[in-house]
Amino acid sequence: MSDLQSQDYVRRSASTLTPPSVRSHEDEVAKLIDVSRCIGCKACQSACMEWNDLRPEVGHFEGSYENPADLGPSVWTLMKFAEHENEQGNLEWLIRKDGCMHCEDPGCLKACPAPGAIVQYANGIVDFISDKCIGCGYCVKGCPFNIPRISKQDHKSYKCTLCSDRVSVGLEPACVKACPTGAIMFGSKTDMKHQAAERIEDLKSRGFDQAGLYDPPEVGGTHVMYVLHHADKPSLYSGLPDKPRISPVVGAWKGFIKPLAVAGIALAAVGAFFHWITAGPNEVTEEDEAEGERVLREADAHEPEKSP
Amino acid sequence: MALTRREFIKVTGLGLAASSLGMLGFGAAGVAQAAAVRPFKLTHATETRNTCTYCSVACGILIYSMGDRAKNARSNIIHIEGDPDHPVNRGTLCPKGTALLDVVHAPTRLKAPRYRPPGGTEFKEVSWDFALDRIAKLMKEDRDKHFIARNAAGTTVNRWTSTGMLAASASSNETAYLTWKVARSLGMVVFDNQARV
Amino acid sequence: MTNTWQDIKNANLVIVMGGNAAEAHPCGFKWVIEAKIENGAKLVVVDPRFTRTASVADYYAPIRPGTDIAFLSGVIRYLLEQDAIQHQYVRAYTNASLVVKEGFAFENGLFSGYNEETHSYDRSSWDYELDEQGFAKSDDSWQHPRCVINLLRQHVSRYTPETVSRICGTPQDKFLHICGLIAATAAPDKAMTSLFALGWTQHSVGSQNIRTMAMIQLLLGNIGVAGGGMNALRGHSNIQGLTDVGLLSNLMPGYLNLPLDKETSLDEYMKTKQYKPLRPGQTSYWQNYRKFVVSLQKAIYGDAATQDNNWAYDWLPKLDVPMYDIIRAFEMMNNGQLTGYICQGFNPLQAFPDRGKIRRGLSKLKFLVTMDPLDTETSRFWQDFGPQNPARSAEIQTEVFQLPTTCFAEENGSLVNSARWLQWHWKAAEAPGEAMSDIWIMSGIFHRLRELYRKEGGAFPDPILNLTWKYTDPVEPDPEELAREMNGRALADLTDPATGAVLTKAGTLLDGFAQLRDDGTTASGCWIFSGSFTEKGNQMARRDATDPREQGIAPNWAWAWPANRRILYNRASADQDGKAWNPAKPIIEWNGSRWEGIDVPDYGPTVKPSDGVGPFIMNAEGMGRLFARDLMADGPFPEHYEPLESPVENVLHPKVRSNPVARVFASDRAAFGTPQHYPYVATTYRLTEHFHFWTKHALINAILQPEEFVEIGEVLAKEKGIEQGGWVKVSSKRGEVVCKAYVTKRIKPLLVDGKPTHVIGVPLHWGFTGQARKGYGANTLTPSVGDANTQTPEFKAFLVNVEKTGAPAA
Repeated sequence: MSDLQSQDYVRRSASTLTPPSVRSHEDEVAKLIDVSRCIGCKACQSACMEWNDLRPEVGHFEGSYENPADLGPSVWTLMKFAEHENEQGNLEWLIRKDGCMHCEDPGCLKACPAPGAIVQYANGIVDFISDKCIGCGYCVKGCPFNIPRISKQDHKSYKCTLCSDRVSVGLEPACVKACPTGAIMFGSKTDMKHQAAERIEDLKSRGFDQAGLYDPPEVGGTHVMYVLHHADKPSLYSGLPDKPRISPVVGAWKGFIKPLAVAGIALAAVGAFFHWITAGPNEVTEEDEAEGERVLREADAHEPEKSP
Repeated sequence: MALTRREFIKVTGLGLAASSLGMLGFGAAGVAQAAAVRPFKLTHATETRNTCTYCSVACGILIYSMGDRAKNARSNIIHIEGDPDHPVNRGTLCPKGTALLDVVHAPTRLKAPRYRPPGGTEFKEVSWDFALDRIAKLMKEDRDKHFIARNAAGTTVNRWTSTGMLAASASSNETAYLTWKVARSLGMVVFDNQARV
Repeated sequence: MTNTWQDIKNANLVIVMGGNAAEAHPCGFKWVIEAKIENGAKLVVVDPRFTRTASVADYYAPIRPGTDIAFLSGVIRYLLEQDAIQHQYVRAYTNASLVVKEGFAFENGLFSGYNEETHSYDRSSWDYELDEQGFAKSDDSWQHPRCVINLLRQHVSRYTPETVSRICGTPQDKFLHICGLIAATAAPDKAMTSLFALGWTQHSVGSQNIRTMAMIQLLLGNIGVAGGGMNALRGHSNIQGLTDVGLLSNLMPGYLNLPLDKETSLDEYMKTKQYKPLRPGQTSYWQNYRKFVVSLQKAIYGDAATQDNNWAYDWLPKLDVPMYDIIRAFEMMNNGQLTGYICQGFNPLQAFPDRGKIRRGLSKLKFLVTMDPLDTETSRFWQDFGPQNPARSAEIQTEVFQLPTTCFAEENGSLVNSARWLQWHWKAAEAPGEAMSDIWIMSGIFHRLRELYRKEGGAFPDPILNLTWKYTDPVEPDPEELAREMNGRALADLTDPATGAVLTKAGTLLDGFAQLRDDGTTASGCWIFSGSFTEKGNQMARRDATDPREQGIAPNWAWAWPANRRILYNRASADQDGKAWNPAKPIIEWNGSRWEGIDVPDYGPTVKPSDGVGPFIMNAEGMGRLFARDLMADGPFPEHYEPLESPVENVLHPKVRSNPVARVFASDRAAFGTPQHYPYVATTYRLTEHFHFWTKHALINAILQPEEFVEIGEVLAKEKGIEQGGWVKVSSKRGEVVCKAYVTKRIKPLLVDGKPTHVIGVPLHWGFTGQARKGYGANTLTPSVGDANTQTPEFKAFLVNVEKTGAPAA
């Protein structure tokens, strides 16, 4: 969606050049979602739609409080509800705000064949740059959390930007500001981890022995983290991956495309010191396109997973 | 009276996070160079303080409108978010408050008085004068016909029981007071509000 | 609320029962989370459904809808049995020691004085035994069998844990666990706060639900203290204000009563409002009643209200019935007794019980006026919208006016929140199209009527012609001018009666209601708002959020009635010597010469602790009432009565099953269903994504909860073959709703008197206008029954049947 100055990038899809000036003074950001104080009110969803001018269609009731039924090109965050009966036979209603995790090692970015369509800023935000997106859908496949969605209108991929427009003027993301109970916090990743530790201690004192932080090392940690009462079983929370991992397919096709991308960029790099160029769809192989179309079809036909 | 004073009350963790927020985004240089980010939409908006119209937590809100209220242009509300100074909501809003913009601009906002005659199947737009003249006439006809000056025992009671009114629940105290004056001066007793539902 | 929203964070225990604070008041609920995190508080939720509030609770217990009094009476019994009460507080600050007069009795479900024909009580035996001077007798030793504490002990003795569980369906162990948590707050430095809302009010015993918890709070010493209190989380943004300003059928501004037929003169009216102290030396603040009434009449009728015409007393309408509330209004409409009806920002077709009755009533009107920013169902009751609103337009002779009004963003003014704060707000933009403010519309109607009366004459024009209207812009008075009129001003120089010195000059805005007089020299349109708009300016617009000791008071933010007091009964936060019960969180304390602290004292600022003036200065005995005297229609003690529609008998007294004095019209009684045909208990509620019937007009909210549904437990769903998300027909004796089913683990069958009882949850936001999908509305099903004291409809407990059905034709 957005394109900050290139010097703020630390990673960029389908590019081999090292970004010229990684801003070293930037602290890494993180959003901390404390599931134990979330009341599932959807203020975050509402704020996200309002701030980002997103209005998906009015859907139907489908047997859950989850509405819309799935993330979408206009649904960048979604409350997920799981009714869980614990070992004592007591009910726990595990409610989790789903959305982009802003991985430190982003599978979407790795998978993306379109140069510069997915970038990671020095502060950790992973952003989609729409005008460079070719709508291939690799990011959907590459994402271990099943987050990006392709628009049927413009065939581009969309997801949470972590409100890069707000963050760039020193404001917290819209969902963070709205959250009535302070279940969503925003700050430096160090501070958020510190804060999480305090919350975990409180939860343990209330009998949640397995309380912990979700910051999965499999993707290098994330810039959206959860405090979970049951950190030993993340999948209880509407299928949060116990061990998220980037599909091996991503590695395979990246291996194939890499030489082409390097060739393309090497030519262009002569006259472009730190202006990267858009390689464009013509540098995507047919295999890539076929794979992309398949993913796109899957995305279109994607049936939302429902919690009971 | 200090109108602009901001005194931060401790809310869990906020001190911790707030201290570092300014450094996070993209730094000072980032702000200057952020032209390529989606433009921050409130830069030239006018900010007005208000109170959420829904529940009685009465969250403070900031209404952002385009237009500087100059005579020759009409303002348009583009965004509403929580007032961080407000001691109760501290900038937060619920899913209803966060979406206030959509009720302000609801397609079902009424824009002109409408009238439906007896047996009619449609509303038709009418002028304010038509509506208010007709309403006053109907009220007076009924009041003159049914007003009870004295009860059976001969006691002065001065009540009007045949036209009633339900008062609003989101209108201001000032509206309420004026409404009370009007209704009671007419002797209206079938008069209630939404306190029970 | 007795306390503020932020003060909730000072609680040690938060009990949410009779409400669903996380969903209905999310931004206020943040202070519960604060209490948990910062104060180590526990959150207890008692609710028929496992709600989103329950999802963050430390302890949850289910309860059958409509049985809260049994539960809470069981808690009182537990506290008395375990002697877990704040003794010093109870002895000094409540009427526990006062002696009730002989003749008061409670037998087989009825209090003394019941009249079966009128369904009402003669309440004369519900009072104290008085001594020669007219003071209530007291037995500080608590030995007298008729002293309040002993009568209470006897009254609640029937509510054993077994009986509670039998009535409520709450497992005994869960009930007892909660009793233990509550009892721990009897310690002088511990507080429990009670957060409730319509889950308690919308019952035929609504007022008594709340009273029972208030009694618990008194026994625990939790009223008046930080983190304590009875906190009614009001609904709409200004329903507190509308009530404060007296827009109820029997009220005038500031909770003054509209006169009754039998009160034939001002003196006669004042006779029942003398409020002579019932204990020596008590304040009994309502003794100032006459000052408030006369000042109101001076505000309303100005120079036309004089000593000679009894301050225009006769111009006030008199009531022949206790109140013309909405339930009565629709009964009258159905009986053809109403000609016209004006709905200002109110949508009764969706909001009031028994929608069929509401629609039939509206169809009998000669004219209906709606004033609203939105296209409401009520304004379109005459139009056919299919099964959701089957109307035959041609047969309906009602003239309908749909008047477009401004909304919050398009006007200036003040609103009163739950915590009694008056907050000013400012206009941000013009209204769309030709929409006008309610002030402009009401003024327009009034001017036309006044003109007609001036020209044509007509029935009793005097009050209309003499109503004060001295506004700079009479067509659309400025809200600030109206606010100043409510605040009040001196009409003549106010002098010190002793010295004759001028205290307040004529024309000056008053600083507070203490300056009001009963001789016509002051005017105030709403005495409790006096102090809100003074010579220092608009106090409601103050924005200083400074919060001493971060205790959740913020005394200079906006303005709170009365007298900018943030915590009611705050004198009770200190012991008899004026020291705070909880030294860590004092509110006011005696410093040797006056009361001082972070809040305005709810007490004479220089009244010495040794004077023995009770902290409850509005009450004639100066004490909190465990025995309500004659102030409740259905008894001085709460008693468990079954909802009017209930699946079981009353196990305590089978002959008196339901509240014997509940508001029921004969025609409504005929529309009650029986458990044979309607075996399931239904309860209505709100979803956090919606506000009443308004947000279905807002696209984002329609997206977040698009369509009507009911919640059904897994066991019942299986029994009835109902699938997740499948279609069901829910029916009551009054109507049926066809909608989707949400099959959930969050509602479990309750074992009530040995039988499994199923509860069905019915969210109420739906209708046939707006952006959400078309729906019926929960009031299609609900019975027209009113609480005995407030006439609040019983939306929270009634009977339905549910059947699997096919999808309706599109």
